Amino acid sequence: MSAPAHAVARANRILLRKLALVAALMFGFGFALVPFYEKICQVTGIRNLLQPDQVAAANTQVDRSRVVTIEFDANTQRLPWTFKALESHRPVHPGEITHVQYEIRNTLDRPVTGQAIPSYGPQRAAQYLKKIECFCFQSQTLAPGEVRRLPVVFVLDPALPADIGTVTLSYTFFEVAGRDGKPG
Amino acid sequence: MSAVADTHAHHDDHGHHPAGILRWIMTTNHKDIGTMYLWFSFAMFMVGGTMALVIRAELFQPGLQIVNPDFFNQMTTLHGLIMVFGAIMPAFVGFANWQIPMMIGAPDMAFPRLNNWSFWLLPPAATLLVVSLFVPGGAAGAGWTLYAPLTVQMGPGMDLTIFAVHLLGMSSILGSINIITTVLNMRAPGMTLMKMPLFCWTWLITAYLLVAVMPVLAGAVTMTLTDRHFGTTFFNAAGGGDPVLYQHIFWFFGHPEVYIIAIPAFGVVSQVIPAFSRKPLFGYSSMVYATASIAILSFIVWAHHMYTVGMPLEAQLYFMYATMLIAIPTGVKVFNWLATMWKGSLTFETPMLFAIGFLFLFTMGGFSGLVLALTAVDVQMHDTYYVVAHFHYVMVAGALFSAFAGVYFWLPKWTGRMYDEKLGKIHFWLSMIFFNLAFFVQHFLGIAGMPRRIPDYSPVFAEFNMISSIGAFGFGLSQLLLVYNVVKTIHGGRKAPARPWDGADTLEWTHLPSPAPYHSFETPPTVR
Repeated sequence: MSAPAHAVARANRILLRKLALVAALMFGFGFALVPFYEKICQVTGIRNLLQPDQVAAANTQVDRSRVVTIEFDANTQRLPWTFKALESHRPVHPGEITHVQYEIRNTLDRPVTGQAIPSYGPQRAAQYLKKIECFCFQSQTLAPGEVRRLPVVFVLDPALPADIGTVTLSYTFFEVAGRDGKPG
Repeated sequence: MSAVADTHAHHDDHGHHPAGILRWIMTTNHKDIGTMYLWFSFAMFMVGGTMALVIRAELFQPGLQIVNPDFFNQMTTLHGLIMVFGAIMPAFVGFANWQIPMMIGAPDMAFPRLNNWSFWLLPPAATLLVVSLFVPGGAAGAGWTLYAPLTVQMGPGMDLTIFAVHLLGMSSILGSINIITTVLNMRAPGMTLMKMPLFCWTWLITAYLLVAVMPVLAGAVTMTLTDRHFGTTFFNAAGGGDPVLYQHIFWFFGHPEVYIIAIPAFGVVSQVIPAFSRKPLFGYSSMVYATASIAILSFIVWAHHMYTVGMPLEAQLYFMYATMLIAIPTGVKVFNWLATMWKGSLTFETPMLFAIGFLFLFTMGGFSGLVLALTAVDVQMHDTYYVVAHFHYVMVAGALFSAFAGVYFWLPKWTGRMYDEKLGKIHFWLSMIFFNLAFFVQHFLGIAGMPRRIPDYSPVFAEFNMISSIGAFGFGLSQLLLVYNVVKTIHGGRKAPARPWDGADTLEWTHLPSPAPYHSFETPPTVR
């Protein structure tokens, strides 16, 4: 501190560079939180929307004493497709492997890519509806005017709380592009 | 140290700086820049305060009378952003600029030109925020936390807000780098770290917090920007993004931000209370360690702002216990301040009144914070007026009262003139009474379930809202006394002695005349 002025100025510049580096690294850290968060959600199974669920062999025991109605719902968000379930609802036994089909049609004269996001009602039923196969695991690209039938295979976990008699499985298709429909 | 005399010859001397507006645009003097920070922050305080009064005018009665809900949301958003980033943070950077070089015996800040930049980034940022009110769709209305998905969907006002946050962030980072370098490298001989006035310690710790978390906020709003315009899907559920991710990133910044506001306030109070108790600060080193502990803990408690997003129970319990841990170092500080006053020769000039007001109300805000830290309770209180009451007790009665204490305390040193003590005391008592009138009743409203950020409410909440609005208008108008008092001091206060407070013993009081000369400590003092 009793050092000559140019030595202090030099020490100041070195510290400036170090602190600027810390700031730059912390900017990167903000972005690093994104994959970190996804990994944590995946490991803890908090937000498992787009991967197949692990269905343990013990869970395939079918509970024939109980019937739960599954309702199928289909929506699109700012996407010129028609999207519907081929049946509106189906009664299932917990533990039973169930196949259903949805249908999408591209009404535009250009190819469009969409991604379906599932949601569940009531919300707490989400963790009991195990999807083995689903069109929501990948995005779908449709040629102009193309019609495609899409399968969903799921098992309802027999541990589903007894007070839930109806579960709604709802899908919404979003266009995969910038938010104004420009290709991303 | 002959080199100092040398540089003095090359520097622009007392009379040689440009006059008029150019003096302020081109200045690299820490005192000029400190002054600009303080006036800028006061102007923003008035703008943000006016917005608060629009909110309270609308809430005076149930029903929609004055503004539409969209505009109401824009007011709550801008009020928060402007008060946090435009008023409180620049105010304390202003104190840092004025005081740190004088308190550690340095001639100026380490990087004077960078310092000029840090300040001049602020007016464009403030302009962007205000201009955003007039673009199609109006200003951002997503709340000061700028949560997705609203921010992904809003009009161009949101883009202006994002750029404003970028500029404010850059200003804070540059200012912080400057403060850290000044404190670490520019201290006078003999001024060891553990001899520094506590205000310098609190700013050193705050500046480290800022360098660590402001870039994270910049990253979060950058992600929002690319989600809006470049087809990324960080937070946009349409492409598999997650709005909850935004909340995690935001609060990773946002919780340390709370202490960025509070810790310099602790520093000011730690100068004022010993001066008017005529005793050294009780437990100086425990104060330093407590401040550092608060800063470190602030990085690992962020999710207590988001107990309701559907976290696993284990995570909620962890964040609850970690949050309650912060009460320990904060308690250390409060007890140290009380012990400093214990058996002191107390006098109650305006700075001391505001410091005691701070101590009293900040502790109350701390306790309501402990209530909110309990996850089982918070689920009931989340987004109610209880939360609004809590953070106004720590932000207004905490940070703002401490800034008032600092202004009255150092005004004689800055201007060389004494303020009007009687007016100062009236300002304190009006602020104290109207603040509590405005915010104490909001605890009851919150417990009864009144949600925040909604322009209308059930008629059962009418009386308390009316009381709160009266308090808010009273508090806002009382602040005009401060401007009047400051202007009156500058233009005609009686001459202040070099050391008007006989209990104040830091370098600016003991070694410099009042007003402090434009260039001070060009030859460093020797500290025993």
